Amino acid sequence: MRKNGVNMIKISAKNVDVFYGKKQALFNINLDIEENQVTALIGPSGCGKSTFLRCLNRMNDVIDICKVQGEIVINDFNINDKGCDVVRLREKIGMVFQKPNPFPKTLYENISYGPTIHGMAQSKQEMDEIVETSLKKAALWEEVKDRLHEPGTGLSGGQQQRLCIARAISVQPEVILMDEPCSALDPIATAQIEELIDELKKEHTIIIVTHSMAQAARVSQRTGFFHLGELIEHGSTDKIFKNPDNTKTQDYITGRFG
Amino acid sequence: MLGFTSYYFGRKKAYTIQSTNKRLTALPQFYGYYLAIWCAIPAFIIYSLWAIFEPTIVKLLILSDYANQGYLDDELNLIYEKTKALSRGQFTGEVTSLIQTSSEKYLNLRSIAQSSKVVIVLCIIIASVAYAYKRISSNNRTREPVEKFFNAVLFTASLAAILTTVGIVFSLIFQTIDFFKVIPLFDFVFGTHWYPAKAFVRDSSEALDPTMYSDTFGAVPIFAGTFFIAFIAMCVAIPIGLMSGIYLAEYASYKVRQYAKPLIEILAGIPTVVYGFFAALTVGPFLKDIGTAMGLEVSAESALAAGGVMGIMIIPFISSLSDDVITSVPQSLRDGSYAMGATKSETIKKVIFPAALPGIVGSILLGVSRAIGETMIVVMASGLAANLTLNPLESTSTITAQIVVILIGDQAFGDPKTQAAFALGMSLFIVTLCLNIVALRVVKKYREKYE
Ligand SMILES: Nc1ncnc2c1ncn2[C@@H]1O[C@H](COP(=O)(O)OP(=O)(O)O)[C@@H](O)[C@H]1O
Ligand SMILES: [Mg+2]
Repeated sequence: MRKNGVNMIKISAKNVDVFYGKKQALFNINLDIEENQVTALIGPSGCGKSTFLRCLNRMNDVIDICKVQGEIVINDFNINDKGCDVVRLREKIGMVFQKPNPFPKTLYENISYGPTIHGMAQSKQEMDEIVETSLKKAALWEEVKDRLHEPGTGLSGGQQQRLCIARAISVQPEVILMDEPCSALDPIATAQIEELIDELKKEHTIIIVTHSMAQAARVSQRTGFFHLGELIEHGSTDKIFKNPDNTKTQDYITGRFG
Repeated sequence: MLGFTSYYFGRKKAYTIQSTNKRLTALPQFYGYYLAIWCAIPAFIIYSLWAIFEPTIVKLLILSDYANQGYLDDELNLIYEKTKALSRGQFTGEVTSLIQTSSEKYLNLRSIAQSSKVVIVLCIIIASVAYAYKRISSNNRTREPVEKFFNAVLFTASLAAILTTVGIVFSLIFQTIDFFKVIPLFDFVFGTHWYPAKAFVRDSSEALDPTMYSDTFGAVPIFAGTFFIAFIAMCVAIPIGLMSGIYLAEYASYKVRQYAKPLIEILAGIPTVVYGFFAALTVGPFLKDIGTAMGLEVSAESALAAGGVMGIMIIPFISSLSDDVITSVPQSLRDGSYAMGATKSETIKKVIFPAALPGIVGSILLGVSRAIGETMIVVMASGLAANLTLNPLESTSTITAQIVVILIGDQAFGDPKTQAAFALGMSLFIVTLCLNIVALRVVKKYREKYE
């Protein structure tokens, strides 16, 4: 792993192009993601933030017409290589989606889903422990510990999203990708999630897509600004918000477009 | 035709009003519809009334000539019938002068009626259109009457649908009640001998003797046969239908799906008679040959042949329903599962299938209800003797097949044998109704979950 100033580089994207059929969605993206930091991706909608995020755990494989070119190096390994094991990759890189999407199963089964697939627990007791720690880390344990065997779809929106976060961290991923995790939530639930993100960055590297610049400023240390499929500017959040190099960034930050 | 013309007149006038800068209370089209309705409805009513009463009036007029000549009613009717026949040129008997004259009179009356009808209807059309046309102005309301009219038309249509259904159910109920007056309900539901042919023997002059029918209408063998054949059918249809549904929904590429889906829908459109003779002429004998080769006793009309072919008939039904259900599981659940590192088959097994299960159960229940109600295949392929057996190689019979057997040929209404068909129909109706209600409930619950 390379060093960059004080922080280790966790993910490094090199010359990434993405196509949906004939239409190019991302143009030559080069971006380093630092370990144990929160990186925010901002930009007007349709600029390719989600597309970039989905490159990092090969979720674009699910879309037939989507083609990804270029290198994405994680732990010194190019995940776009043919030899990459997508199952292992997604074990290491968790994802939380825009709309909370708990499985129509019990809370317990929602959390134990990942560990079961990856064979992480030898006994019921171990599984119970994983479920408990995951829910505790997601700050949901106190609210749901008495109803672990009720359906996950019965929770409130904010609780559901924290359940999805718990589900993602149940397999102890190194990186967590979050695609507008708060866009379907009310301000209180949003504040809870933001607090949680701050807590999680101690153990995980977090990349969060957000359309709220205030949120990016609050939770992130690094920010990348996308526009029309290009990465216009990236750097420390402070610099991007206070003193951006590019006028487009300046315009977007000050709300002149987007 | 006239309706269209008046539609255009109405709209034109409305446009004219509009162009003179007055604000209309409704779109010009509404004025058009308004006029068209006024053109059609009164004329239609008059025309129908006319059509209903014309024959009676004509008859009265013709027969009034002979009314006081001492003919009997029957004779008068005969004269009238002969007159009509002669006028149409279909009369074969001897033409008397009486009939000749009355026939001329008849034709004369008819032509008068014809032309006066046209004139009157036209008058009414003109009058009512003129009335409505005059009423069109910038501020009268046309929207409400037009909307009310469409409301009424649609209401009448649905009322007709509902009333006929209710009527059918009631006729079923009454006949069934009559049947159970002769045959005790207990004997019907728990009796194990079904020989409706025995009821043929009765001489109609004999008094109805209920004891005669003990051991004739015991429906257990047919109920058992029905469920047995449906069971065999579902054994074929559920695994194949479900798997092909899953394949179509999850694995098939867009191209394959594009061709496979309509193809399966075509399968569902094959008439059941075709399946029926496929079962009776191909599958049945084939099974018999195989069985004989293996030293088994196989009837040419085996439950296995009928059930198997019925299963094939139901496959597209289950496949396309479960395909729909699986496709409607939100993509976000799949994404969530893939993002956890699950493979496709794990995702299907652990997330999609449980999520779709209620809908799948619903589609299976609908399939069962079809299997139970299916007639043609069993009539042709499963034999008509109601054996009480659980051997798939023997022949059995089903509710539907027995109804056919009973009602083919001459039947007397009010006969226990005929009424037995109604009782069977009633049981069938109850079973499929329950199945459908449960199935629709389940499916609806499932839909609500993802709304
Ligand atoms: N599944 C898809 N198929 C085709 N085009 C897509 C698909 N997903 C996204 N795109 C296109 O890629 C571009 C970037 O989309 P996206 O990454 O979702 O933007 P963002 O998340 O920044 O709003 C958009 O122009 C969008 O139309
Ligand atoms: Mg997006």
